[in-house]
Amino acid sequence: MSEDQLTVVGGGLVGAAIAYGAARRGVRVRILDQGDVAFRASRGNFGLVWLSSKGGGMPRYARWTRDAVRLWPELHQELLDLTDVDSGLQQTGGFWLGFSEQELQKRANLLAKIDREVGDIPFQMMEPSELKQYLPGIGPAVVGGSFGPHDGHVNPLMLLRALHAGLREKGADVVTGADIVELRHDGDSREFTIKARDGQSWKSDRLVLAAGLGIADLAGHVGLYAPITTTRGQVLITERLKPFLDYPTNKVRQTHEGSVQIGSTTEDVGFDDGTTVDKIEWLARRAVATFPTLGRARLVRAWGALRPLTPDSYPIYQGSASCPGAYVAICHSGVTLAAAHAFVIGPWMGGLTEAPPDFDAFRSDRFLDPNASFSHDH
Amino acid sequence: MTVPEGINVAAALLAGGARDFRSSIVGQVSRAPYCMMGVCFECLVEIDGIPARQSCLIPVRDGMQIKRQLGAPELKVTNIGEGHE
Repeated sequence: MSEDQLTVVGGGLVGAAIAYGAARRGVRVRILDQGDVAFRASRGNFGLVWLSSKGGGMPRYARWTRDAVRLWPELHQELLDLTDVDSGLQQTGGFWLGFSEQELQKRANLLAKIDREVGDIPFQMMEPSELKQYLPGIGPAVVGGSFGPHDGHVNPLMLLRALHAGLREKGADVVTGADIVELRHDGDSREFTIKARDGQSWKSDRLVLAAGLGIADLAGHVGLYAPITTTRGQVLITERLKPFLDYPTNKVRQTHEGSVQIGSTTEDVGFDDGTTVDKIEWLARRAVATFPTLGRARLVRAWGALRPLTPDSYPIYQGSASCPGAYVAICHSGVTLAAAHAFVIGPWMGGLTEAPPDFDAFRSDRFLDPNASFSHDH
Repeated sequence: MTVPEGINVAAALLAGGARDFRSSIVGQVSRAPYCMMGVCFECLVEIDGIPARQSCLIPVRDGMQIKRQLGAPELKVTNIGEGHE
C-alpha cells in the first residue's frame, strides 16, 4: 500500500473516477476542481455507455472500450451499495439507425473491421422489420440499423454525484473553486506544488491532470504534452413522457425519468457552448424522421457542450518522464470509460500498479510525429 | 367556474380553490404551481384534451375543459406503413 498523496486536478467524470479508483484502494486522494466557470463536459454529454464503432482508427482503443463496458456493472453496483446513489445503468444493448443503403453499408464495414481487428466486439445489422421489434416507433425513413449488445446508457449527472459521494465515503478531500494556474516539481524532494489563482497551494507526491478543456498549459509545467481541441455538441431535451423507447440509440434516447434527449451536432466553433436555431431545428427534424411520434412532444430546453478532444480523438494517458509521478488523462468518453478509469487508471496513476498493457498507444508523443496526420473520429 | 378575463389558467384554478393539479411522474405525489412563470413545470394540467400544458402560461378562455394531469403524457406509437412498401 502506497503512502503517497495523490492530487487530481479536475473533478469531472474523468478526474472523479480516477480519484475514486485510487481512494478505494487506500491511496490518500485530494481533488482540486475549478467549479462552475469550467466548461463541464461532465454535465453536457449524452450519457451513453457505448462500445459500438469505437476505435475504428485505433484497435487498442477499441479493446480499452470493450474492457471498460464490461466493468461498468461492477462500478454501478459498487457505487450504489456504497453511497445509495443510483447512476441508473441500463446496459441491454443500443442502436445506430441509418437513412440510406450507403450509410448502412459503411456502418457494417466499420463494425466488421473493428470486430476483426480486436475480437469479441459483436454487432448485428438489422432491417426495419427486425428493428421494429425493439423500437416500435421508428419511422419509414429508417432503412436499417446496427445493434450493439454491450451498449447502454446511464444518468451522467447521477454518475458524477455517485463518484463524489463515493470519494467522500473513502475519505478523499474534495476542494472546489480551485483555479489551478501553476505546477512545480522539486527534483530533489520529488514533491509537486500546485498553486491556485487565489494563492492557495498544495503539496503532493503524485499528480493527475484530468481537467479536460481546462488543462490549458498546465501539462507543460510538469513535462507533459497535452494538445487539446474541441467541438461543440448541441442537444435537445423534451418534456417527460411515458416510457416508449426501451433502448438507447446514439442520437435519441429516453431517460429513466421520461425526458427524451436528442443529439447531437459536431461544430467547430471554438469555446462557444451556446445554441443556435438552425441546429436546434436540424436536430428536431432528424429526431422526428427517426421517431415520427416525437413530432408531438414538447421541447423543454436545448444546450451546447464542448467535447475535450485530442487531435485524433483518442485518449491521452501518459506519465511524465521529467517529473515522475505526474500524469495526464484526457478523453471524450468519460461516461463509457468511467469503470476502467476507476478500476484500472486510478490504481496505476495512484502508484499501486504498473501501466496497463500496450498503453504506449495512448502517449501524446504520437502527435509529435511529423509524418502523421490526424482527424477526429467524430 | 367564472373567473376574471385575462388571467392565466393556473391562477384561475388556484383562486377557485384547486390545490392538486397533477400527480408527479416518479412518485405519484400531488403537485400544484410553484413559480407561476413557466420554469418549474409543476402547473401541468390537461386543457381541451391536450395533456401536460403549463397552465401558468395560458390565458383562460370560455368553455375550456381542464383535467388533472396524471403522471407523464403519453406519445402514441403506431407502426406507420406496416403492410405498405
